[in-house]
Amino acid sequence: MNQSVSQLIQRLLGSMLLLLLLLVSQPGFSLTTDKLEPLLKKSTWSQLEQVVISLTNEGSDASQTVLEHWLNGRLFVVKKQKQLVYAEKTPEKKYRIYDLLSSDELGTVKKRALKKVRINNQLRSVLKTALASWDLKSKNPDTRKKAIYASLKTLDNKTLNAFHVMRANEKNKKVLSALDVALSLHTFQTAKGAAQLEAIHVLTDFNHPYVRSELAASLADTSSTELAQSIRVALAEIDQRQQYYGMAESVFFGLSLGSVLLLSAIGLAITFGVMGVINMAHGEMMMLGAYTTFVIQSVFPNLIDQSLFIAIPMAFLVAGAAGVLIERLVIRHLYGRPLETLLATFGISLILQQAVRTIFSPLNQEVATPSWMSGSWIINEALSLTWNRLYIVGFSLLIFFALLFVMRYTRFGLNIRAVTQNRAMASSMGIPTGKMDALTFGLGSGIAGVAGVALSQLTNVGPNLGQNYIIDSFMVVVFGGVGSLWGTLVAAMGLGVVNKFLEPWAGAVVAKILVLVFIILFIQKRPRGLFALKGRAVEG
Amino acid sequence: MENKWSKGWLTRLLLEDRAGKLLMSFVFVVTTVVVLLNTLMPESSALHVSNYTVTLLGKYLCYGLLALALDLVWGYCGILSLGHGAFFALGGYAMGMYLMRQIGDRGVYGNPELPDFMVFLNWQELPWYWQGFDSFGFAMVMMALVPGILAFLFGWLAFRSRVTGVYLSIITQALTYALMLLFFQNDFGFGGNNGLTDFKDLLGFSLQSDGTRVVLLISSALALMLGYVLCRWLVSSRYGRVLVAVRDAESRVRFMGYRVEHFKLVAFTVSAMLAGIAGALYVPQVGIINPGEFSPVNSIELVVWVAVGGRGTLYGAVIGAVVVNYAKTWFTGVMPDAWLFALGALFVVTTLWLPKGLVGLYQQVVDFIKTRRQLMSNRELVDHG
Amino acid sequence: MKTKIKKISRSLIWASVATASLSFSAMTQAADTIKVGVLHSLSGTMAISETTLKDTVLMMVEEQNKNGGILGKKLEAVVVDPASDWPLFAEKARELLVKEKVDVIFGGWTSVSRKSVLPVVEELNGLMFYPVQYEGEESSKNVFYTGAAPNQQAIPAVDYLMSEEGGSVDRFVLAGTDYVYPRTTNKILESYLKAKGIKDADIMINYTPFGHSDWQTIVSDIKKFGNAGKKTAVISTINGDANVPFYKELGNQGVSAEDIPVIAFSVGEEELSGIDTGPLVGHLAAWNYFMSAESDANDEFIDAWQAFIKDEDRVSNDPMEATYIGFNMWAEAVEKAGTTDVDDVRSAMYGISVPNLTGGTAVMNTNHHLTKPVLIGEIQDDGQFEIVWETKGGVIGDAWTDFLPESSKIVADWSAPVQCGNYNLETGVCSGQNY
Repeated sequence: MNQSVSQLIQRLLGSMLLLLLLLVSQPGFSLTTDKLEPLLKKSTWSQLEQVVISLTNEGSDASQTVLEHWLNGRLFVVKKQKQLVYAEKTPEKKYRIYDLLSSDELGTVKKRALKKVRINNQLRSVLKTALASWDLKSKNPDTRKKAIYASLKTLDNKTLNAFHVMRANEKNKKVLSALDVALSLHTFQTAKGAAQLEAIHVLTDFNHPYVRSELAASLADTSSTELAQSIRVALAEIDQRQQYYGMAESVFFGLSLGSVLLLSAIGLAITFGVMGVINMAHGEMMMLGAYTTFVIQSVFPNLIDQSLFIAIPMAFLVAGAAGVLIERLVIRHLYGRPLETLLATFGISLILQQAVRTIFSPLNQEVATPSWMSGSWIINEALSLTWNRLYIVGFSLLIFFALLFVMRYTRFGLNIRAVTQNRAMASSMGIPTGKMDALTFGLGSGIAGVAGVALSQLTNVGPNLGQNYIIDSFMVVVFGGVGSLWGTLVAAMGLGVVNKFLEPWAGAVVAKILVLVFIILFIQKRPRGLFALKGRAVEG
Repeated sequence: MENKWSKGWLTRLLLEDRAGKLLMSFVFVVTTVVVLLNTLMPESSALHVSNYTVTLLGKYLCYGLLALALDLVWGYCGILSLGHGAFFALGGYAMGMYLMRQIGDRGVYGNPELPDFMVFLNWQELPWYWQGFDSFGFAMVMMALVPGILAFLFGWLAFRSRVTGVYLSIITQALTYALMLLFFQNDFGFGGNNGLTDFKDLLGFSLQSDGTRVVLLISSALALMLGYVLCRWLVSSRYGRVLVAVRDAESRVRFMGYRVEHFKLVAFTVSAMLAGIAGALYVPQVGIINPGEFSPVNSIELVVWVAVGGRGTLYGAVIGAVVVNYAKTWFTGVMPDAWLFALGALFVVTTLWLPKGLVGLYQQVVDFIKTRRQLMSNRELVDHG
Repeated sequence: MKTKIKKISRSLIWASVATASLSFSAMTQAADTIKVGVLHSLSGTMAISETTLKDTVLMMVEEQNKNGGILGKKLEAVVVDPASDWPLFAEKARELLVKEKVDVIFGGWTSVSRKSVLPVVEELNGLMFYPVQYEGEESSKNVFYTGAAPNQQAIPAVDYLMSEEGGSVDRFVLAGTDYVYPRTTNKILESYLKAKGIKDADIMINYTPFGHSDWQTIVSDIKKFGNAGKKTAVISTINGDANVPFYKELGNQGVSAEDIPVIAFSVGEEELSGIDTGPLVGHLAAWNYFMSAESDANDEFIDAWQAFIKDEDRVSNDPMEATYIGFNMWAEAVEKAGTTDVDDVRSAMYGISVPNLTGGTAVMNTNHHLTKPVLIGEIQDDGQFEIVWETKGGVIGDAWTDFLPESSKIVADWSAPVQCGNYNLETGVCSGQNY
């Protein structure tokens, strides 16, 4: 961090906390317009920083409101009246403006009538540090914790005093440990002798990255061997712990990659694995699912959080219907000629891709992530797992077991197996084989569509979506053993984890090449995949 | 007096193969006509054939040879290779490496030893696998040998372990996919995504001169014809009959005491070498070789050409390659926004109504006309009788 | 004997039919139009970016025709689809020049597509405008490069990051897709950063394949690299499709722009239109144009574009501005030369200046690169960029970078005394020319 900036922030925090300690509460309307004057003009960044400082020094709730709106990019100047307002975007791409202090609505204006108050990253971090002083008083313990961590880099005596006071009254464990980190870090940086060693001891138990980097940095400066020794011990312990977390993280990354592979392969495990159709249009079924999500979100722009729950059944229906249609129109004529299904479905995949390009434009479409899927689950400062990946791992397993249940324990599944294992016999037992074929293909396609909904949360929703996954899906199904659902599961998860453990030392590209070579060699060993089907069905 | 040559082995070989004979003479005549019209006619004449057409035709013929190679293994041996593009690309790279070495110090950095892409990546010396490629003879051998060796090793592993059907198809796809990723890497020493390009001359003849283009076209036509004869000879020999038997009932052939894997291996290796030669002839005509040629989609498209033309006939594969590519050239120019619809529909229609490809269509039409005629003459008989 | 003749004559007929259909070029074109070739992929992987440029050229042609065309002749656009297939680019370029006899080509996006077309336009003495930022190390007689050279994007971006305003960054991650543009840019940046005193240990370089979609490990590594105490930034040359999953992962793993800003050279308004930019606010991009630039020319351009494409939410981006500049320069050069003859137009191009969309002018230099301003923008939550920094005046595009040892010896100058794209200052040799 730049010297002058950190001094600035130190000064800021100091003055804020002084105010805080004296518990001076300013009346809300002391916010004088001349302080805000630079916001109305084209000012330099340092002038804008001065505004933040003066507002923070004042410490009123009104100042907090201004700073928050500023940080969130909602602070605007109405060009004509030179008036400072905050604004919200309406669904019609216009802006509804509000009075800064009274929050009264002032009307709706076009975008070109407003000018946003400038902000850049530097200013954003100054604003965040400034707002931390208000956050220390927050009722939400997480906010308090974050505010403490935000001030770690700028600890001074005044801040420390505030922390000491806070610590006496604090009940939340997380906040207490954050305070411990801050206080011990300060002791470590300033004290000498036993107190310093004791601080190191305390810090060893914490995972905040700044702690480690401070310890490592001080190792270079220290002359005392005893001190250096204990820092080394502490670092070793922290590093070892982080290695474990790193392992856990890699496993999770692998499972999450595996779950993506599983999702993209599971529909194919039905159309290709069970029915024997070399379905090159499988990727496009996923693409249909992803576009369904996009359409649902465009139709219900206010229901982003719920959109996926609507999109999942819709995607199943859309892709499933497309699958039934393809089966009835094309594939029906090709049974007994599996290789020719490759040709026909390849043609279909080209048509579907171009259709999407024509209907939706060749550009990627924006699919929003629901708020409950954003961000990550912070287990501790060293290990956090992203929510979207967690949900997708769970979702893929859910789909897998649902499918397994359908195939094993329902009449529908029984019929599917009967038809694919012995068509003539099944037919003579009264099973409508033609209808079953169509429904099976529809089921596989529908599941691919559902997978597309999940993929829309991870990657581009565009005409190439299917192409990006089709090869991997075939690899997974074949590696697991054609026709075996369990094989698909084990293959997907296995390849995912192997890939993620190779990646750190081999790089993303070589890791993938190694996995492919591994598949080639593995098939030599087991020519029918991981979970080979036995018996007569094999020769069919 | 009967000429002995007229009943030579070639004639005997092609005796049963009327369509093949027709196709080969067609290739011969088209090439001759194009070459003559290109070289003899003045540019202002309406009959002049442009260089654009010459290279385009050369490209189609290379694709024809590639399709022929695939039909040998797919049509006659039942091995659906989804990775034949890899052998094509390897042959192309061997040729590309020779052409790169021919540039010498005429690169943009003027380095006499290293190709341009190595200079800006700060390579100090030529890697070992580039050694020898300044000799045309060595490069010629490598064009067929590298794909051949790869196919031999791969086939030896796969056929010995009796990997068949879709499993084999998918691992050939894995092969070409892995090679694509490998060649995309800039560190690998083949120019990464840009591949090898900006070639200057071949055996001292400028690649931009009309003469070289014509010679390349003639070489492609010759290679195609020789390749065709070779494949026809292979499949009509005793070996070829076993091959077909393997395709139709592998286990039975094995039980009769044949080493099935040997038969497959020979076909696979020969096919890969033909594909390599096709690639080598393709590169100087299009002027670039890059890892895109390894892309699995290219190999799938190749399978599609063979299927459209008619699998298991050899000549059908050549026809399919030319027809599909001509359609592609034409569609991308005439209906750039919607050509994929047309191409996709072509594939679907072919599979549904022309199970034996375009070649089969001819037979279908002939049969149809014959039955019609018979019906007619029958009716005539009835009428007059 | 008779049957043989019959056979031969039959195959001759077939052959001539085939030949004729292969080259139905004989149709003479009406000489009173000027033909503009458009060589952008409309299918395949690059269609996503290139289709927009095809539409831009079509719009420019339409506008020019409304204003009476050029030299009193109407313009006629000839669109072909090279389908993201690199050898096909060469074939289609030849088709445009030989069969369609176009007077100029606007086209290309990826480096490899340009490299593929290059020998063809040089052989046939065509004229091509290439509108995308690229790695430099090239200056062809027949190509005008209207996108940014590395010194018009990468170097100013690093200068900004290292300034106090940009956060005084002193630790860098260079993350890119493994192909020639990121490789070259990163080589240049590495040497530039070292010249600025950044140590090896403070530079992390990472390459990923095209279309990479699983960024978990890499983002986590970046986070760890950035936690070492120094202010860290990521310089991203990640290409097209891989960006969406990359940014999504960044957002979800909580890498915020204040902690570790990411500055991208291949992410513009169009790429952002496929992403929910809420979590990305503050990440950066360096370009010569942003849609949010405030100028009358820009407002006019955007209105015309949205009207042409019939979509009032459609964004504009930097390669569109480059196409706009290139097209206007060409039109002016043709007017100036009074002919569409390639050599005359080329001479007329040098020194020509047309208004750009950010309120200044763009000038074509004799090295076939433009002088343009460099802007740094921060991503906003509405998918737009806010311009936070810009160079004072224009930066001259440098075909041959000064930061690579081999390249620093070479200059490009197509004006009178030198007349060479790769002139070696040390040896005085003009190497690698195909004419």
